[in-house]
Amino acid sequence: MTNMTPIARILALSAASFLVATAHAQVTVKEAWVRATVPQQQATGAFMQLNAAKDTKLISASSPVTPIVEVHEMAMQDGVMRMRQVPSVALPAGKTVELKPGGYHVMLLDLKQQVKEGDTVPLTLVFEGQDGKRETLEVKAPVRALNSAAKPAAAHGEHKH
Amino acid sequence: MHTTRPRQFSRRHLLFAGGGLAALSLAACDKVLPVSFNGIDITGANYAQDFRLTDPDGRERTVADFKGKAVMLFFGFTQCPDVCPTALLRAAEIRHMLGADGERLQVIFVTVDPERDTPVVLKAYTNAFDPSFIGLYGDLQRTSETAKAFKAYYKKVPTGSSYTMDHSAFSYVYDPQGKIRLVLRHEQGAPECAEDLRKILQTTA
Repeated sequence: MTNMTPIARILALSAASFLVATAHAQVTVKEAWVRATVPQQQATGAFMQLNAAKDTKLISASSPVTPIVEVHEMAMQDGVMRMRQVPSVALPAGKTVELKPGGYHVMLLDLKQQVKEGDTVPLTLVFEGQDGKRETLEVKAPVRALNSAAKPAAAHGEHKH
Repeated sequence: MHTTRPRQFSRRHLLFAGGGLAALSLAACDKVLPVSFNGIDITGANYAQDFRLTDPDGRERTVADFKGKAVMLFFGFTQCPDVCPTALLRAAEIRHMLGADGERLQVIFVTVDPERDTPVVLKAYTNAFDPSFIGLYGDLQRTSETAKAFKAYYKKVPTGSSYTMDHSAFSYVYDPQGKIRLVLRHEQGAPECAEDLRKILQTTA
């Protein structure tokens, strides 16, 4: 783009970002965060709000911080907490699905390093539409204190992709 | 006086406690209770009497060590991303809500995963919520015996190449004389729990 006029360069950039935006417009991620760990603690959870333009499902996640990332669901039954890996989380079109304490979360297992408050954990989310087409989405999730509540009082920014 | 709550609790617990807890809750109902609680009153129960576990500094602790304080005890594991931090966060809120009386509340976190929850991890974990909280552990056998003595449930469940723990999510409350008094459900909010703790600290001060 070195030969372009400034206006042309802006137009070219806008076109490029427009293409990126449409390619990833299926799912919007908001309020992604990861719960901090203490040294030697080997697992923690990531939470976020997902909204899909079309019916899709979250089928997996990965992160450079650990080779083992699973999508889990927590359920309380008769006072007993159970946590299980789920094959997918359905994202009905236009409906915000929350991955939050008390429900679904992305589980980061087998951590080799402490996840510290203030750090950012990159997450790659994989979605599968009804047509079987897969789409990936990169999220940078800030790490919140270990004692963070399910619903923070203040907004912590959002990640649109 | 009592509400219908202990009976509802009993029925639900028939499912996982094999009826033992139910019978005990009903037995507790036969007594005339001077205070009513938001939580489940188990005053006079013959379970959750005591524990003998180790703190991260290697000291063996029992309920008698905390005489003069109310004790709130929770079973959990540090790799729990959800219920355990929420329960400990609530405990910290309760302690804060009690104001000056918060000094007379000892919160104890008993790990059901002593294989991964080493003393170092336990200490750092409870400290992150409140430096006054104490994490306790036992070997596998002691852990299992303790849970049994509390009618608490836990189970190791494989997930991928790792494992997670199913566990009951109740908080047990002792009065400052070391007598078991209350079970708080996970769903109860901090203000409700703080109200109960205030009563326990007042009536047995």
